[in-house]
Amino acid sequence: MFSIEKISGVVHTWLASHLPARIALLSEFVIVGILMISLFAFLGLVLVFMERKVSAYMQIRLGPNRVGPKGIFQTLADTLKLILKEGLRPTGADKFLFNLAPYIVMMVAMLLMAPIPFARNVQIWDVNIGVLYISAISSISVIGILMAGWSSNNKYSLLGAMRSGAQIVSYELSAGLAILSIVILTGSLRVSDIVASQATGWWIFKGHIPALISFVIFIIAVTAETNRAPFDLAEAESELTAGFHTEYSGMQFALFFLAEYVNIFIVTAIGATLFLGGWMPFHIGGWEAFNHIMDFIPSSIWFFGKTFFLIFIIMWFRWTFPRLRIDQLLNLEWRYLLPIGLFNLLLMTVIGILGWHF
Amino acid sequence: MGFLGEYIRTVYKSVASLLKGMKMTGYYFTHHKEIITQEYPDNRDTLILPERFRGEVVMPHTESNEHRCTGCTACELACPNGTIKIITKFEVSPEGKKKKAIDTFIYHLELCTMCNLCIVACPTDAIKMAQSFEHSVYKRADLTKVLNKPGSKLMEGVE
Repeated sequence: MFSIEKISGVVHTWLASHLPARIALLSEFVIVGILMISLFAFLGLVLVFMERKVSAYMQIRLGPNRVGPKGIFQTLADTLKLILKEGLRPTGADKFLFNLAPYIVMMVAMLLMAPIPFARNVQIWDVNIGVLYISAISSISVIGILMAGWSSNNKYSLLGAMRSGAQIVSYELSAGLAILSIVILTGSLRVSDIVASQATGWWIFKGHIPALISFVIFIIAVTAETNRAPFDLAEAESELTAGFHTEYSGMQFALFFLAEYVNIFIVTAIGATLFLGGWMPFHIGGWEAFNHIMDFIPSSIWFFGKTFFLIFIIMWFRWTFPRLRIDQLLNLEWRYLLPIGLFNLLLMTVIGILGWHF
Repeated sequence: MGFLGEYIRTVYKSVASLLKGMKMTGYYFTHHKEIITQEYPDNRDTLILPERFRGEVVMPHTESNEHRCTGCTACELACPNGTIKIITKFEVSPEGKKKKAIDTFIYHLELCTMCNLCIVACPTDAIKMAQSFEHSVYKRADLTKVLNKPGSKLMEGVE
């Protein structure tokens, strides 16, 4: 049966038997790096196309339908256009920071890929503080955004970057609390342990209503953290043209654009891992035959299915809700999400200590 | 407790209203028959335009080459940007009576904003808006049109 674990095992044994140990390790690094970059490019193409189609159907339109059958090559054509475009830099811009910013945003996205379990035993780096690592690294992206906004020497960019900073700093708290509630139930920060603890059932089902509340808070918080509508006032088109990436063009703009979509993938992958069981198949206690059929579906398909389901929900938010004002945004966080999240954490601790979860 | 009740009510109400919006977009996402986009050049033969679509001003003629325009120039006066120019002439009836009639009804499509005021002003319903919209031509002069067909007459009974 198809399995990423087996393929990687075969590659590993082949490399180890044909090359010296150190060179084999190095070539494995290179292979993993290339795979990650190609996954990035693939995600960029697929998610942009998915977003355009989802938005079109939600707005009773058809969406891209000219390039290729059903328009599936539209994003490929767009990428080609962006590659051929000239990258312009305003005269008054800080050259060093201006050129550096997109790479910082991109690098953060790449670093976040490391602890994500894509399938059974397929994980780049199973660090023992995985969840802490994720929440620590994801806050670095705000530096890249502030850098882009400041160095562009443009009022729109600066305003967008400042808004984005305020937003990410405040919503990180709620996301952190929602993640913590799962850590309390699992008792481990290691991502593979969190997945393994869901073998009997996903936390969203096992943790009763508090888990559901944390899941909702997590989804809202990560939507805000990735600067997407209804929290996209960092790049509000109607007010700030494009926010922090107003002055970027060509491939540098494409990197920001790609980073946005890859970030969506990463946060939803984390959500799927924490709440929906990662690559664990869907099991119902007692239904042996049903569980056995579910086991036959490869774990990578389970993981990507759950992730894309969450991505769809986030896209659904974007094309339904109007944009929040900055005061409404901060009100939502500090008056609603944070108190509810804290209370929920308390409730979750009680459940965890008394062992009320399944 | 009053504060807490109000707080929970706010949360409940806002979540309910957000879900209502998501239900609407979810319905549109799953029901593709609601799509209003028309793939224009492909469906040119079966294109259905809205009834009140304003493409250009035309003057309908009957099979016996008769129109309903009396040459009153109400449309020319109603037009805000001088799109219509009516040249009138006097026709002598067999009884020897002189009667005003149109010679040429000139319509400048390049000036027209499709405001529909001429159609509203016309007392005899001689002109109407057509559904055609593919107006591009190679010469600007082609946009100046004569609406009454050569040799056409005023319909009997239209005053």
